[in-house]
Amino acid sequence: MSLDFKPGAFNDFFRDETFRDDFTYRNSPEGIRRFPFPFDRDDYMYSVNMEPHVPGRKGSVFEHEFDVDEHYVAEMIDRAKVLADDPLRCQSLPHMTLAGWDLLELIMESKARDYPHWFGLEKTGNRWRWINRPLGIDHSFTFLDDSTLPFGPFEYITRQTQGDFTLQDERDGTLWMDAGIATSQADWSVDFDVGMNFHEWHAPVPLAHEKGVFDRALKFLLKLQHGAPVRRFNWTMTVNPLLDTAPETYPKWGPTKTSITPENMGRKQHLRVELQTLYRLPRSNAIAFDIRCYLGKFDEIVTQPKWARRLHRVVRDLPDELATYKGFIRNRPAMVEWLSKYDDGAPTSVGWWPED
Amino acid sequence: MTLTPVTPTIRSRPVYAPLGARPGRMHLIVADGEGAEAVTDMLARTEDAGNLLADAHIMYCPGPTGSDQTAVLQAIGAAQFFRAPSIPAMLPRLARVLSAAHMGTQFYLAGSEGLIGQAERDIMNTGFPFEAIQKEHRGSTLRRVQCVHCKGITENVATDPFRCSHCGLNLFVRDHYSRRMAAFQGVNIDAEDPGDVPAAVVRFK
Ligand code: HEM
Repeated sequence: MSLDFKPGAFNDFFRDETFRDDFTYRNSPEGIRRFPFPFDRDDYMYSVNMEPHVPGRKGSVFEHEFDVDEHYVAEMIDRAKVLADDPLRCQSLPHMTLAGWDLLELIMESKARDYPHWFGLEKTGNRWRWINRPLGIDHSFTFLDDSTLPFGPFEYITRQTQGDFTLQDERDGTLWMDAGIATSQADWSVDFDVGMNFHEWHAPVPLAHEKGVFDRALKFLLKLQHGAPVRRFNWTMTVNPLLDTAPETYPKWGPTKTSITPENMGRKQHLRVELQTLYRLPRSNAIAFDIRCYLGKFDEIVTQPKWARRLHRVVRDLPDELATYKGFIRNRPAMVEWLSKYDDGAPTSVGWWPED
Repeated sequence: MTLTPVTPTIRSRPVYAPLGARPGRMHLIVADGEGAEAVTDMLARTEDAGNLLADAHIMYCPGPTGSDQTAVLQAIGAAQFFRAPSIPAMLPRLARVLSAAHMGTQFYLAGSEGLIGQAERDIMNTGFPFEAIQKEHRGSTLRRVQCVHCKGITENVATDPFRCSHCGLNLFVRDHYSRRMAAFQGVNIDAEDPGDVPAAVVRFK
């Protein structure tokens, strides 16, 4: 038994595109308008930026619990390729299986509720039938019985869900990353980090420890309640629409950073936004962390005048430590130069929506 | 010679403290090289060292720079003493002892970070709580580093950058440390500018 989805099952909505080789990924005009631009003001610094994950504006990435967009099918094909190349990108320590089932339930119920034309879930006691039309999946299995799925529950459901995921066990007053899948990560290794606690896996982040950001964030998370998820943004920069910027493959994609020129900047340089959501899980008491990556090339971002002005100012004024950590210090001057052409100095309104 | 100082850097980088005798049903002491002195110093500070030694099992091997104090440890009168020629040769015995160790065992790890890290990993995998494990770093600061690219581990890394002993990439040595791997992380230094490798500097001895 395998995850027998039929790659190429694109219809009018799902784009047939690539995140590697010829990089045909792009956002449709509607996709650009709903792009989750992460800056609500003209500057940026780390903070405990968390808010309730409640349904947001219609059509936005906040409308549903798990956003399924035009890139869904292509992203799942890319994930399958990454996992075939490197199975270490998905790990679950033995005690995390129940949390995997919790996550599977959360995702299946949410998607069947929010997108009934694409996903279906029928339950007869513990016998479940899961229908995923975009990926061509129709599986019946027994809930909580691992032997009835082709993968562990965590891998099974995350192979069908956009976004990297980690599952945190709560022990000794902290959170332990005891499971994770990462094929669209901003340069951190799930293989290396699995088994670490909250402060350990965050160790490489500059400035935030000293500001107490992680102490406060952890305190907040330990109080997270089932049924009351929260969300936050993170962001960085990526050359080419490459989802899989893994440290494992850094020798392959690192050299592309030197390929940026004023001429190709708009096309090649992407703002990479992570919409991160956190859920307390009901049976395991674990916390699921969803890191959903959205890529928008500079050409697409600057079609919204407010975003163009703001991105210029944020990139220009970002502390060197953050630009270095995020890996774009070498191209920052060129980015600022390119973006400055789209900034007339006019004031911008508070908030991230393009039209407000 | 005392505890090897560790400059506090980032939160995943292990820190160490002097060993102290604690009540326990069994005392498992795992040491290499100059770690022997951490053990003798602890015993010298302990009033009823004889009691501890009566329930002690010591495993020891020479350190990565050749320091060998077998004779000292062998002579202190532990219920069981074992000398291995190297860390890899010691680990199977440790695994066997752990499989029979009961809760209430106290663990004392001393010596190089490679020894401490690997013993800690195996002890924690067996399900013992980390409060039962004490660690005192003595002697060599050579590092055990995992190449994040090929996943191979290079032992006794002295310079930064260094060449991965498995895939040959030039790696810089981070302070980011995984207890699951018992290793620091090595990342390709010339990924963005292939061939542009700075001269290696001896950082670990
Ligand atoms: C349990 C959930 C979380 C997980 C699994 C997680 C995981 C990570 C990882 C793996 C990194 C990359 C570290 C590296 O360089 O190797 C990171 C970065 C970071 N995390 Fe978290 N994180 C979580 C929650 C949070 C929360 C609640 C905050 C809120 C303040 C936060 C703030 C940050 C920041 C500021 C960075 C640096 C990002 C950048 O500049 O690109 N994290 N996180």
